Amino acid sequence: MKPAITIKNLNFYYRQVMALKNISIDIPANRVTALIGPSGCGKSTFLRVLNRMNDLIEGTRIEGKILFNDTNIYKDMDLMKLRKKVGMVFQKPNPFPMSVYNNIAYGPRLHRKISDKELDGIVEKSLKSASLWDEVRDRMESSALGLSGGQQQRLCIARCLAVQPEVLLMDEPTSALDPVSTAKIEELVKDLRDKFAIIIVTHNMQQAGRISDYTAFFLNGEIVEYGATREIFHRPVDKRTEDYITGRFG
Amino acid sequence: MTGKNLTQSAAFLALRAAAIITLAVLFIIIIYIMSNGLRHINTSFFLQGPTSMGRDGGIAPFIVSTLYVSAVSLVIAAPVGIGSALYLSEYSKGGLPVRIIRFCTETLAGIPSIIFGLFGFVFFVVSLGMGWSVLSGGLTLACMVLPTIIKTSEEAIKTVPDTYREGSMALGATKWQTIVKVVLPVSVPGIITGIILSIGRAVGETAAVILTAGSSLRAPVSITDPGRTMSVHLYVLTMEGISNEKAFATAAVLILFVLGINYAANKTATFIRRKV
Ligand SMILES: Nc1ncnc2c1ncn2[C@@H]1O[C@H](COP(=O)(O)OP(=O)(O)O)[C@@H](O)[C@H]1O
Ligand SMILES: [Mg+2]
Repeated sequence: MKPAITIKNLNFYYRQVMALKNISIDIPANRVTALIGPSGCGKSTFLRVLNRMNDLIEGTRIEGKILFNDTNIYKDMDLMKLRKKVGMVFQKPNPFPMSVYNNIAYGPRLHRKISDKELDGIVEKSLKSASLWDEVRDRMESSALGLSGGQQQRLCIARCLAVQPEVLLMDEPTSALDPVSTAKIEELVKDLRDKFAIIIVTHNMQQAGRISDYTAFFLNGEIVEYGATREIFHRPVDKRTEDYITGRFG
Repeated sequence: MTGKNLTQSAAFLALRAAAIITLAVLFIIIIYIMSNGLRHINTSFFLQGPTSMGRDGGIAPFIVSTLYVSAVSLVIAAPVGIGSALYLSEYSKGGLPVRIIRFCTETLAGIPSIIFGLFGFVFFVVSLGMGWSVLSGGLTLACMVLPTIIKTSEEAIKTVPDTYREGSMALGATKWQTIVKVVLPVSVPGIITGIILSIGRAVGETAAVILTAGSSLRAPVSITDPGRTMSVHLYVLTMEGISNEKAFATAAVLILFVLGINYAANKTATFIRRKV
């Protein structure tokens, strides 16, 4: 199957500091890819390379090639279009201080003129896909900040879905949530896999095992090992991967 | 009681006394002016013009001038100030130019208003040939309140969490869209606070206005007409010994105006915050 994103010889720098070293992997479409590794090893940096959020940080620099739909995202692609196609869910839920409805409608309204009726449809569909519709259908006009943490995170997922992305980047989306909300998000990720390529950073080995098809193990800015999650967890090739997975460090 | 506790209680007492003194002074001034002024206020004081230099009659033209000059100053200062604040906090990447701008606004904020008056007189009134006019006065006041608006707006904008900006940009919004749709609406209450402070200063300012807007007894119609604001009128009434009664009455109206503006602006801020 054609990969959703192809990364070739990627190096990444915060000023002089090299945060990602010679990374080359293919991210498969319609699969969940988990990024694991100890804190500070470059998982978030890698994720933010893929939708160019690092561009917002002064002094960052990238080498190598990232192809999305055969287009080099740092050369030949409109930045706004890229971010629309490659959505991002953050570690801490960050709904805008607006109504539930306006949170979801925010993205579609950015990109084109849209009728109220069509927008209503998009909002409902996005909330349904994020399994949040039943919980918020009666409070569309109240502030999104009044939702629980787990609901807020699903709202943020729905907000991404509303602009019809092809890839979803999730940076430890459940680390701020309770177990029940976490389980809901995990269910959701499994459902969404049919339609998107999902890349999820997680600190939780069990979570990676439960929801991902592929796993990449990061260490000090490099990918030590990358392959099918089952392989990585049961027959890791590299000693460091084994040590990390079995909890001997990190 | 131990020594430490004693110090603590003494300090607490001193601080409380300071707070009480502040409040008391404030209340005494307000009560004094109100009790001397309100007696001489009636509807005709609001609706009529002055007769015999203000010894009799009302202050209607001066109310008009005050509102006119303040409005002109805000219409100029608010967009420029908010724009500068946005530039400084959202676009500029720091560095020397920004530090120079900061230094200038801070210096500007500390300059006595009579100097703004002098500048306004030489520059707007004489050099640019605007004469004593609502426009000259408004422009001078705009220069004077600009630092306040920039500073408070900048602070309001800084309180908007970066996670909102990131969330918006990650959906494909441009920086400008993010500013218009997220940053500004969230910081509006703070920005309005800055504007209230500025209105208060503009309405009450005397030195800068007397040299630039003039002290005509007639209400200004066009923006190029001269006008006398309430505070200038108050100054003239007292300085020339025309009428203490009318001076107190004018002062009371001035205070009512400032209170009213504060109240209205606070309500607006709350309303907008609720809507956002
Ligand atoms: N904005 C930044 N400026 C400079 N260095 C950064 C910045 N963000 C992250 N880093 C550095 O890059 C490395 C990788 O960080 P990060 O990608 O956040 O790791 P992870 O998400 O795996 O915990 C760390 O050493 C971190 O200190
Ligand atoms: Mg991280």
